[in-house]
Amino acid sequence: MSVQLQIRRLLRLSVPAGCLLVICLRAAAQDGQSTVSFDRDIRPILSDLCFTCHGPDSQQRKSDLRLDQREGLFGVRDGQSVVVAGAPEKSVLIQRITSFNPDLQMPPPDFERRLSPEQVQLLQRWIQQGAHWTAHWSFIKPQAVQPPVAGGRFSGWCRNPIDQFVLSSLEKAGLTPSAEADRRTLIRRVSLDLTGLPPTPAEVQSFVTDTSPEAWDTVIDRLLSTPAYGEHQAVAWLDAARYADTSGYQNDGPRSMWRWRDWVIDAFNRNIPFDRFTIEQIAGDLLPSPTPDQRIATGFNRNHRGNAEGGIIPEEFQVEYVADRVDTTFAVWQGLTMGCARCHDHKYDPLRQLDYYQVFAWFNNLPESGRAIKEGNSPPLIQAPLPEQQQQLQRLGAALQVSEQRTKDLQPALARAVQAWQSSDSAMAEPDWSVTDGLTSHFPLAGNLHDVVSQQQAQQQVMPDGSTVFSLHNVAGFGYFDRFTFSSWVQPSADTGTLISRMIPVEHGEGYYVHLEAGRVQINLVKRWLDDAIRVESQSQLPLNTLSHVAVVYDGTRLASGIRLYVNGVEWPLEVRLDRLNQTFAVKAEPLRLGGGQSTFRGTLSDVRVYSRDLTRQEVQRLSVLETVQQILQIPPGQRTPAQQDKLEWMFLERHADADLSSAFNDVIRLRRELRALHDQIPTVMVMQELPVPRQTHVLLRGQYDRPGAPVQPDIPQALAGKFVPKHGNRLDLAEWLVSPENPLTARVAVNRIWQRFFEHGLVRTTEDFGSQGERPSHPELLDWLSVEFVRSGWDLKALQRLIVQSATYRQSSRQNSQLQNSDPENRLLSRGTRRRLSAETIRDQALFLSGLLSHRVGGPSVKPYQPAGLWQEIATDTAYEQSQGEDLYRRSLYTYWKRTVAPPTLVTFDATTRESCVVNRSRTNTPLQALVLMNDVTFVEAARVMAQNELKQPADSIEERVGRLFRLVTAREPAGHELEVLCNRYRRNLELYRERPESALQLSRSGEYPVDDSLNPSELAALTTVTSVLLNLDEVITKE
Amino acid sequence: MDRTIEQQLPVGRRGFLSSGAGVPGLAAVGELLRGRALADQSAPPQPPRAKRLISLFQSGAPSQLDLFDYKPGLSQWAGSELPESVRQGQRLTGMTSTQASFPIAPSMFRFRQRGSSGAWVSDLLPRTAGIADRLCFIRSMHTEAINHDPAITFVQTGAQLAGRPSLGAWLSYGLGSENQDLPAYVALISGTGDQPLYDRLWGSGFLPTRYSGVKFRSQGDPVLYLSNPAGITTDVRRGLLDDLQQLNGLHLQQTGDPEIATRIAQYEMAFRMQTSVPELTDLSNETAATFEMYGEDSRKPGSFAWNCLMARRLCERGVRFVQLFHRGWDQHLELPKNIAMQCRMTDQPAAALVVDLEQRGLLDDTVVTWGGEFGRTVYCQGKLTPADYGRDHHPRCFSMWLAGGGVQPGLTWGETDDFSYNIVRDPVHVHDLNATLLHLLGIDHVRLTWKFQGRHYRLTDVHGNVVRELLS
Repeated sequence: MSVQLQIRRLLRLSVPAGCLLVICLRAAAQDGQSTVSFDRDIRPILSDLCFTCHGPDSQQRKSDLRLDQREGLFGVRDGQSVVVAGAPEKSVLIQRITSFNPDLQMPPPDFERRLSPEQVQLLQRWIQQGAHWTAHWSFIKPQAVQPPVAGGRFSGWCRNPIDQFVLSSLEKAGLTPSAEADRRTLIRRVSLDLTGLPPTPAEVQSFVTDTSPEAWDTVIDRLLSTPAYGEHQAVAWLDAARYADTSGYQNDGPRSMWRWRDWVIDAFNRNIPFDRFTIEQIAGDLLPSPTPDQRIATGFNRNHRGNAEGGIIPEEFQVEYVADRVDTTFAVWQGLTMGCARCHDHKYDPLRQLDYYQVFAWFNNLPESGRAIKEGNSPPLIQAPLPEQQQQLQRLGAALQVSEQRTKDLQPALARAVQAWQSSDSAMAEPDWSVTDGLTSHFPLAGNLHDVVSQQQAQQQVMPDGSTVFSLHNVAGFGYFDRFTFSSWVQPSADTGTLISRMIPVEHGEGYYVHLEAGRVQINLVKRWLDDAIRVESQSQLPLNTLSHVAVVYDGTRLASGIRLYVNGVEWPLEVRLDRLNQTFAVKAEPLRLGGGQSTFRGTLSDVRVYSRDLTRQEVQRLSVLETVQQILQIPPGQRTPAQQDKLEWMFLERHADADLSSAFNDVIRLRRELRALHDQIPTVMVMQELPVPRQTHVLLRGQYDRPGAPVQPDIPQALAGKFVPKHGNRLDLAEWLVSPENPLTARVAVNRIWQRFFEHGLVRTTEDFGSQGERPSHPELLDWLSVEFVRSGWDLKALQRLIVQSATYRQSSRQNSQLQNSDPENRLLSRGTRRRLSAETIRDQALFLSGLLSHRVGGPSVKPYQPAGLWQEIATDTAYEQSQGEDLYRRSLYTYWKRTVAPPTLVTFDATTRESCVVNRSRTNTPLQALVLMNDVTFVEAARVMAQNELKQPADSIEERVGRLFRLVTAREPAGHELEVLCNRYRRNLELYRERPESALQLSRSGEYPVDDSLNPSELAALTTVTSVLLNLDEVITKE
Repeated sequence: MDRTIEQQLPVGRRGFLSSGAGVPGLAAVGELLRGRALADQSAPPQPPRAKRLISLFQSGAPSQLDLFDYKPGLSQWAGSELPESVRQGQRLTGMTSTQASFPIAPSMFRFRQRGSSGAWVSDLLPRTAGIADRLCFIRSMHTEAINHDPAITFVQTGAQLAGRPSLGAWLSYGLGSENQDLPAYVALISGTGDQPLYDRLWGSGFLPTRYSGVKFRSQGDPVLYLSNPAGITTDVRRGLLDDLQQLNGLHLQQTGDPEIATRIAQYEMAFRMQTSVPELTDLSNETAATFEMYGEDSRKPGSFAWNCLMARRLCERGVRFVQLFHRGWDQHLELPKNIAMQCRMTDQPAAALVVDLEQRGLLDDTVVTWGGEFGRTVYCQGKLTPADYGRDHHPRCFSMWLAGGGVQPGLTWGETDDFSYNIVRDPVHVHDLNATLLHLLGIDHVRLTWKFQGRHYRLTDVHGNVVRELLS
């Protein structure tokens, strides 16, 4: 007994009629004598069962036979035709697929899949009917089609051309459209569809009572113009763009791409045309004089995961990032599985491996490393100031300019003031001066380590050679985000030894040290040799037995370029030996050591200073003035070096200058710091950027990073290029091709994705695959008409959606009955409205909205709403989830912080994606875990509590009035008498119960962090909370009706 | 639609579906109807050898050189450079590729032949050694990735990059559930160290999310959101649920959408879980002898030992796939000290689980696997001293053991060269292992597929062969 038979028999036992009918319908379609369409019926069979060996993949092709092309299918093999139109029995194709001879049989006996008898029949009938061949539908450009004119009984039903197409196919199937849904259902449906939020009772009421012909359009226009529209639109785009707040591999550290996310929301709300939307995201950086927004838009292709795991081979992952860009771009804009051509020619679609790497080359030209930054954004990145930050930048910049000019103007006055002061008596007693701002430790030493160190309670250690090293705990415990400076006078007597350190030469030690190695000054910041550390070294050698001032400055950027070395106030060039720091080098175990750590320093160290900021060049120069203030004063002013004079002036400014003078100079310092602090706060975003010299791309044999084949140049896939002529020689060509009239797919794929937002499925159900393995559209003419119309409208997304929701098709009731289930079981013919569970985000947002908790703030850094304790730490070792407070607990779900390896549990339970890779079509499941979330997650319990709280603050004559109001709020409809009765009875019973259990009442009435209203009776609040919780759990409430 | 069918089918039918090899499970039936899964199954049915699978995944990669892959000849090479003829230019991780030298570090631990089978097991694993005759050792495992994230993802999902269903998700999809009040697939986590795990390891990838494993936690609710909120007692919950079901039932009548029937059933399942999960994690009726067998740690929720005991309890309750993830094997440095600690934590409970299953008659139809994501290098990472060494990642060979239903006990399979660097006989790729595990559960790995992005995806990609020699 075949398995299919088994299954049919099995199903007969217990499956409802509707399901059984699917099978029967399928069988009927296959058994009937209707016309067989090559594109609809035959290519899918050939693709699925034959193309693997007789398709586009030249490597796998057997017997040099191609069935994916007309020439092959109708060609002659060994004197016999593969297909003889009208004569199945003469066609080798049929002979082979019906053969029982294992040597001739196709597919061969060891192939994984077999042809079903129905499929064989179809092939026979196709040949019988004349073997008409057509190209694959989606590779032919959509043509402007006239909507069919409906003349039948339902011709008055049509509201726009969409309906004409739908009605025409319904009529062909002998069906009729469903009645229109009632107004309450309609306004809830369209509100949820367009904004992801339900209507308010007032909005429902106003639509129900608005009898004008424009009532529906009024609602639509209102919804399309709310910011909530853009937020809701963005969710699906974030899925497609695999947007997240972490990098996604191993420790899964944080990144910051929310400026890109906000660009997307804004783009939808501004309704920028989809072709602009496309070009800016693919190649905004390459537009002439790109705006900051156009550069931010290119973050789309930096949203892929990034691997910061220690020990990875960067080249391997750099290839993965580029591949991700190729795969995602083609899935999102072309509905094609380009990734299948990475290792070999595509098995089903006309995409060669060469095409893959030609596209790869467009995206392979970034100054990027395969090893991602562990905490933060990986280059290339830009600062993306918010508008208010942009204003602050301008304001501070202008103020600084003024202040700097003022200090310049005041320079003669300062010189005169110093001149006047130095001849005063007090000058003779002036103590020495040095830079003290940010000084955290100072060891004068004076060449003798003993004095200070004993004061600091340091441990003194006599080394075998008689020299001394001092160590101090809790000093200079810097990490890789910290800015710091070390400064000291150094007179080495040997050319190797450690000046200052918090690290010892044990196996896999970590920390930092400044060291003399054969006279060169070496700076080491180390998490792990040799793949997680920075080492820079001076080209020149520090002179032996000579006193030099050495200063090392680090700016907290985690890069070798963030280290500066100054010797005697002059910056020394550094050679970069290692530049791979990816984790902090902060250590607790090792103390700060002066004169030791790696190896013992010989010579003298004096005036060792540790600053918790990165001093400027001028400040270091002041430190490098050996002479004390008194010594400088002894030098006649004309003979002082500029540095000496500068030191004197800064001493004077700090200690003696009048208010005018000192405030002028202090203003500069203050403004520079404010500017710095502002820059530190400005979010960055990873963007696309071109290397000045293009990186050579090669075909990668079997797709492997370490097996380069022939070099390739960037290009458009041959089979899809049409007459498109690239004119820029960079990624902009790819972007322009995507939205050019030559591209057969982009508009269709975009329209289809929009369509699936409103109906159960896209017109093409395989949203992710428009190739020969994908499903054909249910309404091909409608898809083409919409695509052409979309482009004609100027790629207007709002107009497209308006068109859809204005249609009578959209406004049908979603009620099912046995007749509908029999005739159109999966609603492929659109014989009724769509009843579908809401998305994860909408379910949560709706609960927050109904309780009045929802924050309507748009954009900003991601937030961390409620999540069970310890969820991150138990699998993502070192990171704690710091829950947000106040308003941020109640932001729309698209702002929820998305950690890819531990995605937000409430949302994932309702089929939100992990954002690890591009997803254009979420699954919608129905599980017990979803029930647990809605019943028990504090998010929903608190929402229920606050809803009840709000209700109790309103006047009411009876509990029926309260429950009725809540029911209308949540469902947008009137409760039936029985429904009201069930809920009110429950209220009364639970009220009694909670009166007996005041402790329980108190607990439930305090769920969540939202303030409790102590004026309310806890038992009443608890009892009503149980009712609102039931309401939030109703299937109807988490479903678009 | 698949949901509807699965919900409507009487439980007794499920056994029928999972009893024939190559026959997709209930969920797969739904997919068949939708035309996504394979419609043709012409392979002769083979009875499954096991109903359940317990995977004791040792995350971080245990050193095969110190546990199972005995290389007596290495002592002569101690401290000598790894010959280029052995390494043959194979790639190394970025952590050691810049090392100036690759000195050979023989294991410090003593190996002995165990039981009548004579399998080599080091003294680090005395209890495992004690049941060697019940185990099937594979010394010739190999994999493709050289870093943890892609390698662990590869073992669990058959692909290095994120997005594919895990083994357990494939099993849930293919075989459905054997019980009515617990998930079909449960993941349990233990161990520390700085090795993270990722939800995708028990995720459903492109399969519907309901096939995901459910992570049982040791802190808070064992299953997320299992407990009623404070102030809602079981009787209140039941009352609310009765109302909810009644109102949903009314709506079902009005809309005619069978999805509502499913939701009603899921709420009942959730309610049952609220009882069955606490009952499951309540170990008060376990005997002292049991705790003694698994070790004292088995009283501590979240320990590997507790998880092993939970694995047995889950099996008893019809959970098809229980997957333990124990972390802390990534011994780049100070391997001798750290591996000894790991072994103390894991040896006894792992062995106890096998014995316990056997004593309860469950081992015959339960497969148990033990192993990590790759092996470790024979050469020392960092400084080699007489008392200390470290080992880097090594994907070219590693060791595992299997036990239970359909597995050949007392067998040692495969062989590596004198340096445990390259495999010289009977290699077993990760895809081969996964193919073999599916086979033991009655599934032909080439036929359990899901059409996604135009391809018929499967756990083993386009690879994998059942290693028949491992089967009893």
